Amino acid sequence: MNLPLYSPQDDPGPNFAELVRRAGLLPPVPDSAVDGRLAITHGTTCVAVRYADGVVMAGDRRATSGNFISHRTIEKVFPADRHSGVAIAGAAGPAVEMVRLFQLQLEHYEKVEGAPISLEGKANQLSQMVRNHLPAAMQGLAVVPIFAGYDTARSAGRIFQYDVTGGRYEEFDHAATGSGSLHAVTVVKLGYRDALEEGAVIDLVLRALYEAADEDSATGGPDLVRGIYPVVATITDDGFRRIDDEDLQSRYMALLERVAVERGGIEAGGGS
Amino acid sequence: MGMPFYVAPEQMMKDRADYARKGIARGRALIACTFDEGILVCAENPSRMLRKVSEIYDRIGFAGVGKYNEFDQLRIAGVRHADLKGFSFSREDVDARGLANQYAQILGQVFTHEMKPMEVEILVAEVGHDPSGDQLFHILYDGTLVDETGWAVLGGEAEAIGERMGAAWAEGGTLATALRAAAGALAGPERTLPATELEVAVLSRGNGRRTFHRIEDDEVAALLAAD
Repeated sequence: MNLPLYSPQDDPGPNFAELVRRAGLLPPVPDSAVDGRLAITHGTTCVAVRYADGVVMAGDRRATSGNFISHRTIEKVFPADRHSGVAIAGAAGPAVEMVRLFQLQLEHYEKVEGAPISLEGKANQLSQMVRNHLPAAMQGLAVVPIFAGYDTARSAGRIFQYDVTGGRYEEFDHAATGSGSLHAVTVVKLGYRDALEEGAVIDLVLRALYEAADEDSATGGPDLVRGIYPVVATITDDGFRRIDDEDLQSRYMALLERVAVERGGIEAGGGS
Repeated sequence: MGMPFYVAPEQMMKDRADYARKGIARGRALIACTFDEGILVCAENPSRMLRKVSEIYDRIGFAGVGKYNEFDQLRIAGVRHADLKGFSFSREDVDARGLANQYAQILGQVFTHEMKPMEVEILVAEVGHDPSGDQLFHILYDGTLVDETGWAVLGGEAEAIGERMGAAWAEGGTLATALRAAAGALAGPERTLPATELEVAVLSRGNGRRTFHRIEDDEVAALLAAD
């Protein structure tokens, strides 16, 4: 690999995506519909909720292709940099690649320019990446992310939702993406209060993903046998922090116990 | 049409080298050295904005002396090289040796083929997972690549500064002792350099994935004052 030197007129600046394009490393866009002809792995439900100290992001662990479960432990919530995170739904391959490129874009800019991009600037960068992905989305490889972070300039958490054309919409309280998002967002909406503390917000997103998994076959629920739990992360002034699985396990145990008590026992569905 | 003057190749190379050396000697020097937790780079630099020391990759740092626009162009090329390599292979495949070789190739090429050589000396440092893995590559204006052990001095008066550094530095010291040795060697016996005149950064083993970390003036002052 040689040293990429450019003349001042031709310099790509701090833009890593442009550098990747010039290095010929961008994948070709398929010229006809891929989905339906090939089995495409899809990932779905992610949610983000704002609270006093920042944002909580969460995503289930299932990937499907058609009616098959292709992976049980895929991750859909990633740190974008120290103070932001990105969650993805859609075609898993291009989505994970987009996250990788986005993470590198933020780090590359910071190193070349000597200062990080503003949170708004990061949200716009992701918008451009989703927009540039539109030709592939038209062929059935759509990627729809959520971007959330702690805005150090405003001392507040912020959430951005996207559509497949790169449209960027700032959400005040919460956002969700993926096939289970309708169910997840309803749970979040009903449980959301202005002054929820961190633990309560984590419980809320776990409940939201649980209910989404209950209704949507492409969303995975907590797997107590294998010990697989959603990826949950908080983003605050202290940065991106992933919640460990022991904590999630005890929260889910408590949730299941509560739900079981509320339902009051075994359902009549046959038998005697 | 007159005959072009004949210049002996020895003379041409010597002229170019003298030109580059003069340019480099006009600027202020810097020192890189190892300490128990990683690698320290300490530069004499009164500017807060125009940096001589910066981050290339997770475990790799860059430092340059001489003409700012020239070494900054090399720095950015290094960041691009490292980020592209990490993107197409894996983060652990990015290493200082490969990058130092690339720099040596470019500087050698410019020295022999371009109108004027680059008036720069650069350093590529990589912090190892343990002290034996620490690496310091020193690259001269003509592409000469030197693998230094323990410490390296870049810039004008390198010999005198190197003598002082050799006497003051000890392997496996703390950050404070390494910084005092470097600052003292840069200053010399006649003057003392305050924290505001120094640009200090470390590649620290205990710093997570991105090991590069700048040390700000107040912390530098505290380290210089510590016993």
